[in-house]
Amino acid sequence: MAKLTKGDVLHVARLSNLNLTEDELEMFTLQLSKIVDFFSELSEIDTTNIKPTSQTTGLINILRDDMVMSDRMLTQNEALSGTDNTYNGMFRVPKVLKNKI
Amino acid sequence: MQDLRFMTNNNIPLTIKETQEGLKAKKFLAVELVDAYLERIKKFNPEYNIFLTITEEEAYKKARELDKVGLYDKPLSGVTASYKDIFLTKNIRTTAASKILDNYIPAYSATSVKKIEDAGAIPLGKLNCDAFAHGASGENSDYGSTKNPWNKEFVPGGSSSGSAAALAAGMSLVSLGSDTGGSTRQPANFCNLVGLKPTRGVISRYGVIAMSSSIDTVGTFTHTVDDMEIMFDVLKGEDGFDGIVKNFEKPQIKEEFKLGIAKEFFKEGLDREVEEMIEGVRKTFESINIEIVDISLPHTKYAVPIYYIIQPAEVSSNLGRFDGIRYGNNRDRFGSEAKRRIMLGSYVLSSGYYDAYFDKAQRVRTKLIEDFNLAFEKVDAILSPVSPTPPFKLGENTNDPLKMYLEDVYTASINLVGVPSLALPTMFSEGGLPIGFQLIGPNFSEHNLFELGRRYHQEINYKPKIAL
Amino acid sequence: MKYTPIIGLEVHIEPNTKSKMFCGCSQDHFGKKPNTNTCPICLGLPGALPYANKEAIKKTILLGLALGSEISKSSRFYRKHYFYPDLPKSYQTSQKENPFCIGGELLGKKINHIHLEEDAGKLIHADDGSLIDFNRSGCALIELVTEPVFHSIDEVLKFLKELQLIARYLDISSCDMEKGTMRLEANVSLGTRQQVPGNGLPDYKVELKNINSFRFLEKAIEVEIRRQELELSKGREPIQETRGYDEAKKTTFSQRSKEEAHDYRYFPEADLPPVVIDRSIILDLRSKMVELPQQKRERFEEQYKISKEFIEILVSDKKRADYFEEVAKLDSNYKTIADLIVNKRFDQKYPEPAGLAREIYNLSHMQYATDTETAEIISKVIAGNTDIVTKYNNGQTQVLGFLIGQVQKLLKGTGNPKLISRLLIEKLENDQK
Repeated sequence: MAKLTKGDVLHVARLSNLNLTEDELEMFTLQLSKIVDFFSELSEIDTTNIKPTSQTTGLINILRDDMVMSDRMLTQNEALSGTDNTYNGMFRVPKVLKNKI
Repeated sequence: MQDLRFMTNNNIPLTIKETQEGLKAKKFLAVELVDAYLERIKKFNPEYNIFLTITEEEAYKKARELDKVGLYDKPLSGVTASYKDIFLTKNIRTTAASKILDNYIPAYSATSVKKIEDAGAIPLGKLNCDAFAHGASGENSDYGSTKNPWNKEFVPGGSSSGSAAALAAGMSLVSLGSDTGGSTRQPANFCNLVGLKPTRGVISRYGVIAMSSSIDTVGTFTHTVDDMEIMFDVLKGEDGFDGIVKNFEKPQIKEEFKLGIAKEFFKEGLDREVEEMIEGVRKTFESINIEIVDISLPHTKYAVPIYYIIQPAEVSSNLGRFDGIRYGNNRDRFGSEAKRRIMLGSYVLSSGYYDAYFDKAQRVRTKLIEDFNLAFEKVDAILSPVSPTPPFKLGENTNDPLKMYLEDVYTASINLVGVPSLALPTMFSEGGLPIGFQLIGPNFSEHNLFELGRRYHQEINYKPKIAL
Repeated sequence: MKYTPIIGLEVHIEPNTKSKMFCGCSQDHFGKKPNTNTCPICLGLPGALPYANKEAIKKTILLGLALGSEISKSSRFYRKHYFYPDLPKSYQTSQKENPFCIGGELLGKKINHIHLEEDAGKLIHADDGSLIDFNRSGCALIELVTEPVFHSIDEVLKFLKELQLIARYLDISSCDMEKGTMRLEANVSLGTRQQVPGNGLPDYKVELKNINSFRFLEKAIEVEIRRQELELSKGREPIQETRGYDEAKKTTFSQRSKEEAHDYRYFPEADLPPVVIDRSIILDLRSKMVELPQQKRERFEEQYKISKEFIEILVSDKKRADYFEEVAKLDSNYKTIADLIVNKRFDQKYPEPAGLAREIYNLSHMQYATDTETAEIISKVIAGNTDIVTKYNNGQTQVLGFLIGQVQKLLKGTGNPKLISRLLIEKLENDQK
């Protein structure tokens, strides 16, 4: 059985930018192990030389002409309308370390 | 003039035609229709928890405009419509049934919402669903479960729970949902409705909160196949925003059909009543000279594991934008199911696991598509169950996520392949709950599926009805 | 020196398209009021979908063609995931497998690939928090990645300046470091002689990020090499990390270490169908390809026989080079033309090439005043400026210029400068005697 450890779950939680409570960690470790274990039946199938599918429409080259479409743009008020935490026309967040997380 | 205020099951219009004939003959005004629907919504919503937001003001405004002109000559003139709460509506709260978007007021509207309203529809409001469309019962809503109008101890199906329940409760004539793994077809079946999962790339997804970008489709609910065709024709086509959507012409409608039944569909876990229903449907089709052909879809047994790798992977990506900076609350407000899928998705994409899970699933998906391509060389459509069981009770499957995921066993493969599927109502179970089936066709065969569905409903003399 | 620097470059170029990479907002975000150049797509609103800009793709391929890259027959976009407040979707739409351009070479330095992606917003660090402006979010961004093949700062700078020039020639980008339409990153490590060239690389590299001028890059690499030498001399291998450059302190400083390395979880972007680049597209782009700087240098040398210094200055600005050639069509005094443009900026004085050609004609066909006329005027000027002459006689020879000017003025500009100068000095000296 593909067993996920609590460490694995904490790792994916960090990748996912999620904080887990101790209870959630317990629960998700069990549930995710069970679900991932269920995936193992895929290994029955030989997929060498099979191309992966990432879209089903078969479309190619759906491209846009290069022009500014100002009617689709938002005003500053509209852009900022989803939050109260703004300053001088900008979104404000708690001080970010220079490091990307 | 007819008094619609206390319309009962017997005289509320259940089709677009009936609605528009009534309006054109001045039997009632659009404003009176709105009175009647709002009356029903206010009466039943507290108990069934179907609408999250009611847009009374917008509904009356639109109705007055329609009445003022008095022509009712657009495809959806006077048709009451409501939207699953993952469809963005400009200046109207849109929550995705998640507390993370509790107070989110969008700055723009979804293409399908615009198309429906441009076609004359009257918007009644926003419908409950599983949060972010994650679920098969409606029980994952942060605003409480929606109850099945046919029996409130049962789920209405999901994730488009409110979209189905609203029609079954006579609160709206048509509704929009989404179908990523069965989220329209299964609730349509559970609520005695027609539901469509269109060909991928036919209806724009712009403005619909994304779940799984390689699989999502806009779903539609109506009471009849005729109405579904009208809705489909309004919704289809390019909008310049969704780059996977192309225009397509209505194909020639076939005279003769071959209908395939896959042996793989009849397996452990399929409820006896559902199996018997499929058998009955097969006989009805045979009786109207539709040839039944045995086919094989060997890889459909892998559809659920493939689906629960690809879909959470894309969910983990699509839900990343909900960080509370530009809109909404912070990520702690995600419910358990969203967190589960986000982490599962991050896991199958993460370094060291991508090849074993995500890439593998995309390859088996190719095999699955080959199965369907082969089948459609032999048949024009495939008859299949939608849910392995009739509607189940609220709370029955909530403790075991994997068990809930298996609810998608007959539906997820269609999304992975991209082809259209029409869910049709047919009968009620011994327990008095609706059961139905689906007709799956090759890409762009919607109109032929409508034709098949119409022939079937004609044969069984199907009459739409509502529960309340 | 025991160690040889091994340097690889990552160059970001904002192409000069009209609109952003995946939406209809303006690509030109410079100096706009914050958050006035956004839409649901680049602000990462729920439900918004990308739609790729054809022109940005063409410009990327054009750059690849100019650098001899192989153009992928089928290419597509990927999602690259990380969380940062200026990245609204939590992923950057970028490329991974089969980017538009693979390989290529410039000044003998091998290029790994060139891909196309979108830019992030701008994060401004304030005292009590950080502020975000999404005007730049979603702007098209071309990224060129070289192999780790540079061994000196000089090579690096030459490469970058030539790349900048090529991008300008092809009208791909202004490549303006100050406006951020060209941005640089360098991976620096030190190898022993055995590791150079190509015998395996050191097992660490230090990424220098956020460098916004050639001068800072030069300094940053310089101090980073010194820092690494010091580490190695103490027997410590530098750790793999990202470092920034502090101009005030003239040092690099750690920004992120290997332990925090990213797991970007790339996967194909299903919202954007693949881009298939067939021969006709490439032929079309090739037909629009202009003469590149190096070709122009060689041709100028061959065709005009002017000095390398002149050529370099003319070619370093395509407009200037074009101007030169326009004038050269009208007049064959190539050296004079080049001299007037390079040293006297006559291209600015005469915006029309024909104007400069006429000036050159006039200059070369001018009828100078005769010796007698000139001598007469000189006498007049000396007589009329006794105070100045006194100054000259007292040793203030700089007043000569003033007197020459006066003579030229009275001659209405027809004086031969050399003749005036000679006769004037002779007269002044004679008068003194």
